[in-house]
Amino acid sequence: MLNVLLNVIRRDLLLAARQKADVLNTLFFFVVVVTIVPLGIGPEPNLLRSIAPGVVWVAALLAAILSLPRLFANDFADGTLEQMLLSSEPLTLIVLGKAAAHWLVTGLPLTLMSIVFGVAFDIGIEETSVMIVSLLLGTPVLSLIGAVGAALTLGLRGGGVLTSLLVLPLFIPVLIFGAGAVGAAASGVGYAAYLLLLGAFLLFALVLTPWLVGIALRISVE
Amino acid sequence: MIEAVDLTCERGERLLFSGLSFSAENGTLLRIAGPNGTGKTSLLRMMCGLLEPTGGEIRWKGGNIRKLREEYWKDLAYIGHLNGVKDDLTVRENLRVSVRVAGRSATEAQLAQALDAVGLAGFEDTMARFLSQGQRRRVALARLYVSEAVPLWILDEPFTALDVRGVAHLSALIARHIENGGTVVLTTHQEVPVDAARRKRVDLGSPTAAPVAEAEDAAC
Repeated sequence: MLNVLLNVIRRDLLLAARQKADVLNTLFFFVVVVTIVPLGIGPEPNLLRSIAPGVVWVAALLAAILSLPRLFANDFADGTLEQMLLSSEPLTLIVLGKAAAHWLVTGLPLTLMSIVFGVAFDIGIEETSVMIVSLLLGTPVLSLIGAVGAALTLGLRGGGVLTSLLVLPLFIPVLIFGAGAVGAAASGVGYAAYLLLLGAFLLFALVLTPWLVGIALRISVE
Repeated sequence: MIEAVDLTCERGERLLFSGLSFSAENGTLLRIAGPNGTGKTSLLRMMCGLLEPTGGEIRWKGGNIRKLREEYWKDLAYIGHLNGVKDDLTVRENLRVSVRVAGRSATEAQLAQALDAVGLAGFEDTMARFLSQGQRRRVALARLYVSEAVPLWILDEPFTALDVRGVAHLSALIARHIENGGTVVLTTHQEVPVDAARRKRVDLGSPTAAPVAEAEDAAC
């Protein structure tokens, strides 16, 4: 059972390694957004320090949305998705594998890059580590919820815009608690509650979304 | 044994067929025939469980396939219009990945044997994007050589894009599968050399005056 999960992850990572441009686009977008915001706002260190977590989180969220349409579109177009739907292994595991691979090539690199941005915005070691933990807990939720949106809009013309409209409201709580955790750490208030809530979102998404994605994919492929 | 009971198919507000019933014992070649746009592909997709019948049901070993799900798919190998071949994987990787994702297991030797059987020996490490249409079809068909123990094969126009030798090899493979007690459901204009006693045919009605291409598109 676990084998199919690992096989799907390995397959998608191999494909990502062969289509580097796709992956790099997302990361490049993230870096560009985070670096141009200070240029627009001006070099006021205190202001930049206070907006840094918000900027990083908003950019991560937009980067995640940007990468969503590709999640199932290629598999749908070449027929491999059909074969996945006819697998004798549980579809939820296959979907979980695809979401995990998506996170490994988007959420994880974004999180690692944010360490550099923590230093660049000079937000202190404690705040940076809270930001990293919040991203580690939050970005997998973005991949999982995003997969539901991508599956629902599969095969539709202009599906990309529709995906963003569908998933954006669901991303907002993650954004609020993710950026909020860093804000709380900066102002010296306890941030544990924020991270616990993000953890709760993650568990909830892990249990519920693969099942929803499975249903959505079966409907989309009809 | 696979049975269709009182099947109805509606695609895009058009009734393709209704009240369709047939059955095929193990060791039968079931050929779905009919002009373009009569719902051949839709019928095959229903028989796979990819498409929900508008009415009626498909039974495998007596149970409705929409309830059996994974248990049914364990017994099924499907090759559709789309090859399910990834451009950015090599031929060998494509076969290995599709076999594993389907939940089957095959040794490296079996994979190599299957690729050899479809005439792709020497192309194992070629990226699929450099293959011709016929060669891509062969990568898809190699799955059948690894799935010889799978009782039910559903093949949508399996002979498209194949050359004369490819057609002969595939016909022989299908004939062997049927002799071994497997069931093959296919749509094709090609004759497959199987005893008349083991052959069955389902004819889908002639299309109505409406444009025929549309219905086939909807089924893809």
